[in-house]
Amino acid sequence: MVELNDKNFSFTKENLKIAEIEIKKYPEGRGGSAIISLLWIAQKQNEGWLSPEVIDYIAKYLGTSQIRVMEIATFYTMFNLKPVGKYHFQMCGTTPCMLSGSNELKKILQNEIGEQNTVSTDRLFSWVEVECLGACCNAPVVQINDDYYEDLEPTDLINILKDLRNNKTPKIGSYKKRVSSEPVDNNIQTQTDKEIEDIVKRRNKPGLSV
Amino acid sequence: MLKLENRIFTNIYGHNSPDLKSALKRGNWDSTKILMDKGKDWIIEEMKASGLRGRGGAGFPTGLKWSFMPKEVGERPHYLVVNADESEPGTCKDREILRHEPHQFIEGCLLASYAMSAHACYVYVRGEYVFERVALQKAIDEAYEAGFVGKNACKSGWDFDIYVHHGAGAYICGEETALLESLEGKKGMPRLKPPFPANCGLYGCPTTVNNVESISVAPEILRRGADWFSSLGKPNNTGTKLFCISGHVNTPCNVEEEMGISLRELLEKHAGGVRGGWDNLLAVIPGGSSVPCLPADQCQNLSMDFDTLKELKSGLGTAAVIVMDKSTDIVNAIARLSYFYKHESCGQCTPCREGTGWMWRVMDRMVKGDASIDEIDMLQEVTKQVEGHTICALGDAAAWPIQGLIRHFRTEIENRLTK
Repeated sequence: MVELNDKNFSFTKENLKIAEIEIKKYPEGRGGSAIISLLWIAQKQNEGWLSPEVIDYIAKYLGTSQIRVMEIATFYTMFNLKPVGKYHFQMCGTTPCMLSGSNELKKILQNEIGEQNTVSTDRLFSWVEVECLGACCNAPVVQINDDYYEDLEPTDLINILKDLRNNKTPKIGSYKKRVSSEPVDNNIQTQTDKEIEDIVKRRNKPGLSV
Repeated sequence: MLKLENRIFTNIYGHNSPDLKSALKRGNWDSTKILMDKGKDWIIEEMKASGLRGRGGAGFPTGLKWSFMPKEVGERPHYLVVNADESEPGTCKDREILRHEPHQFIEGCLLASYAMSAHACYVYVRGEYVFERVALQKAIDEAYEAGFVGKNACKSGWDFDIYVHHGAGAYICGEETALLESLEGKKGMPRLKPPFPANCGLYGCPTTVNNVESISVAPEILRRGADWFSSLGKPNNTGTKLFCISGHVNTPCNVEEEMGISLRELLEKHAGGVRGGWDNLLAVIPGGSSVPCLPADQCQNLSMDFDTLKELKSGLGTAAVIVMDKSTDIVNAIARLSYFYKHESCGQCTPCREGTGWMWRVMDRMVKGDASIDEIDMLQEVTKQVEGHTICALGDAAAWPIQGLIRHFRTEIENRLTK
């Protein structure tokens, strides 16, 4: 059973404005297109999960039935229908991450947090194994709330958990010495803006001749 | 190796700023109006002549796809929808475009939309890519501010709006019609084709769905000419491509290279080579999880292009190269993919809904050695029952990795089952 601790959910003033902006992205009469966005806004406001009251509110907001909203909330895996920890870990377990050591990281989460889809007793953590996060060149990867933590060794994950417990903000992104997905320790040719500008000027651009 | 001056993506690693000022120095938004003034037909013909094949996996010629849109706009508006629901295991290139080269991408959206008479473009970004979505929106705001998009975009006389839409975790939404369903606020379940999106897509209107990379290379193709693009790569497999190299290499990375580069050169020049040396290679999955793996002996002089890989009964797909060295339990590696497809099946078609679960359960038993030899043939037979019997290609995608495993590593499975 889900906990019924969010009676009378409604968007904050600020979120009402954001919701309106989302709906206006779509042609008139097509506001239903914004349902995923609205659920995102609501999930964020409601500490990371969609309670029955939230579903009810969104249905009323869009002038549709609860079951239509539930249909969306249950189809898309990032919507949580049970409470999650303050820090919700989505651990990628698909093959590229698995080849790069995600099984070990899963064990750490199991030991430190507990079973998947449960919230730790201090309410700080929850975790779930997810499918490909689309950052395979930086495997293994875990997403904590909105952010990606990449190229993780087991010790990195342990330190991230420690930091979060101590209310410190761990570094987002790669835990190897690289900016994004460039080859690490390789003498790749990185140009400054100026150098690229020069290369661009030298390019032949027949398409621009009138 | 691809020459520096031939690179299309000059900030793919984000070493420089993604902002407009920096993008202008890199040549984005360079005389976009001139390209538009040359007309819609010119743009589409150039794209056709460049030989660009879609970079989202299927490899369908991009210019040809654009030409399928109705020439005249009738009562229904036209739409461009960009598929940024990147979730094919192994693939992580569009993410880098969205966060590091957003202006190149937005310029491509304008040119493509104009060529197809669309005044509006929706970009469907996968739910997990929160940072990328914010980065893209920031760049879009800059482009509006500068007058490159919006009313009279680039002073071309064409009004153009671009919107970011986000998903919430569903691989199936990378299938173009599931994506359209999701964009309409429904469950992402693929539609029966025909009608094709070019006739009846978003909100029942003519729509083209393109991958982020296909759209992003368009401005440079148009500026530098179809001849330049088609001079790179190989006939019918032209141009440059972003390769995503993951798994057992020394330095996994994304890299732009010429189509038809040899696998060995790709891995050794850019990814530090196979962990433990080339001879330690067991197999690669050359184009994202959906394509069958290839064993090391087929990798010796392997040209990384659509046609070569198709001949070997695999595919270039998204050019996501997943490398496995000899320490890999390949049965387990493929079984994990079977779990992926079981997890991601939308459940609409019975062969896929039931088949993906069935295939995964058998694969799981095979990993443990808990199956009989004749089940290998039965498994192969079931993959054939799923393949081609579903509305979308997810059923095929679930079948192919297993077929590849049985084709090349049957002995490996047999050894395990007779132990």
